[in-house]
Amino acid sequence: MTPTLDAYAAFVGQGTIDELRLIGERLAHRVVQHINSTAVGGGVAEILNRLVPLMREVGVDARWDVLRGGEAFFAVTKSLHNALHGAAGAFGTDTDEVFADTTAQNLGQLTLSEDVVFVHDPQPVRLVDSRPRGARMVWRCHIDLSAPNPAAWEFIRPWVEKYDAAVFSAPQFARGLPIDQVLIAPSIDPLADKNRDLDAASVQSIVAKLGIDPERPLVTQVSRFDRLKDPVGVIEAYHLVRRYNDCQLLLVGGSATDDPEGSQVLAECRAQAANDPDIHVVELPPTANVEINALQRASTIVLQKSLKEGFGLTVTEALWKGKPVIAGATGGIPLQVTHKWSGILTHTIEGTAYWIKQLLNAPEFARALGEHGREHVRHNFLLTRQLRDYLLLCLSLDHRGQSIVPLAA
Amino acid sequence: MPHPFRFWTRLTLTKLTGRRAADLAELREHLRVVPLSVIFHHTHHFLVQHQEMSPEPPNDFAFWVTTTLQEEALGERLAAIDTIRYAHLRDLRARLVGVIEEYLQQQQTLRVAPSGEEFHFMDAVSFMLPTGQEASTLAEFDAALATAGVNSIAYHLLESRLRLEAEDNDFSRWLEKDMGERDLAAAIRTLDPYTHTLKGLRRRVRQLVGRRLGSRSHAEAAA
Repeated sequence: MTPTLDAYAAFVGQGTIDELRLIGERLAHRVVQHINSTAVGGGVAEILNRLVPLMREVGVDARWDVLRGGEAFFAVTKSLHNALHGAAGAFGTDTDEVFADTTAQNLGQLTLSEDVVFVHDPQPVRLVDSRPRGARMVWRCHIDLSAPNPAAWEFIRPWVEKYDAAVFSAPQFARGLPIDQVLIAPSIDPLADKNRDLDAASVQSIVAKLGIDPERPLVTQVSRFDRLKDPVGVIEAYHLVRRYNDCQLLLVGGSATDDPEGSQVLAECRAQAANDPDIHVVELPPTANVEINALQRASTIVLQKSLKEGFGLTVTEALWKGKPVIAGATGGIPLQVTHKWSGILTHTIEGTAYWIKQLLNAPEFARALGEHGREHVRHNFLLTRQLRDYLLLCLSLDHRGQSIVPLAA
Repeated sequence: MPHPFRFWTRLTLTKLTGRRAADLAELREHLRVVPLSVIFHHTHHFLVQHQEMSPEPPNDFAFWVTTTLQEEALGERLAAIDTIRYAHLRDLRARLVGVIEEYLQQQQTLRVAPSGEEFHFMDAVSFMLPTGQEASTLAEFDAALATAGVNSIAYHLLESRLRLEAEDNDFSRWLEKDMGERDLAAAIRTLDPYTHTLKGLRRRVRQLVGRRLGSRSHAEAAA
């Protein structure tokens, strides 16, 4: 059963819940429509699944529609997505035609809200051309746009500029745009399987199944087997640590069967781990949320040694579990980790190894980092904060150009 | 009959300006021209966003200069700017620019932030909402403070003074003008809100109010 808003008071306090209801009153009965390109799987669908019911609970008439497209459309949007992340690619007339056709077909079946429409990511971006009279339209970009392939950005920019506002997940993703740009960081749901409290017996049982010794320190990185997450660098850091400290290393990530490069990285990790029983390389299905939760909770230290990162929600998850986190200073990670206060930011393999040793040898300091990290997540990166930001953004569309908006009773 | 104190809260939506600085010269140039709401955001959001983290860092500029550029002396000077002394954000801006300029005049070379660690200027839209809490007596004021959220404390002690350019913080103004509590108003006025967490600030204001309530009940019992 989907938790109600009041269930979150245990984490953020009743005052925060009351504030959400106060804002919701100002948006009562407005139709706020979200449109993305997938109903299941992926972070956007995951967040909309939780956010839309909560928006309804505070009085907004929230709706969620999914753009439908054929194979050709999703092949084009996949390469566009990768190119917006920086990959090579060219986008010309063919791409334009596929986009135009799919958008037109969807407009035959979709009714756009006359109040507020949130269009998520590039796939439905052209819907803005059919804006109902008086409707406010917002482009919500979940992609790391810090260094896009210029051809890809130029391809979608004309439509992005037709929106009332664009929303990004980290400040470095903002572009030079003539429209308002808003920062809404992603969030985690403390009541989801990936983050909810687990009893010690459940954690131990999952750890035991993987052959991890619960009595010895465990250093974990949860991430796809992707070069940008530098799992091989993590293994090198572990080797540097093992000269002085006893510990086990766990690299755990989603299945890489449909990603040739991922399979290669996984194979490299397995090869490096072959002669060391204390390195555990584990592939789990995308539904293994409770398992990931348990492994994060069983860890002594959590790493996210990314070379490039979007927001880095695995860092948020680990911080929420009160774990000391050592993470690459990239993407959204510095928003979450203040160095030596709520975690450790590193830039190199040697630096990562240095801080693993420090934290293994100074458990009190490690515990303090974890506690501060959890509080930082509580105040800034839980689902209720993201709900608040969406509601405030809806309100701000009625008060453009104002930096102070009094909302009388 | 005194006017009741009506509690408001403020919630902010963060906007991105697209402006970024990689060194001190760029930081100074942007600081000169950004809207004052940007100055307010970067000198105040830490208090709400890092509620457990006090007494430092008090502003984003000091934090970035210290941790990213590793210009510790300048970072310390920026952190030490006494925000409470400034009645207007334009004066606070002038002071920030002045401190950076003074430092730049003594430097031969500029340190550049590593790629990806530039300073990103952000703005904020503040939404002010009444919370429905009211107080007509000192005891009611104390009770309301006990449950007021940190955003409400931030609004009445910081935001109304600097952003709405009220001459005084809301608590002191009401206590003095409507309740005749001159000494209590003065005591709250002399608190430096930038050296407390917001929860700590609420605790401190309640201590002052509680002390006054205690001395009043003592005086009433003696009468």
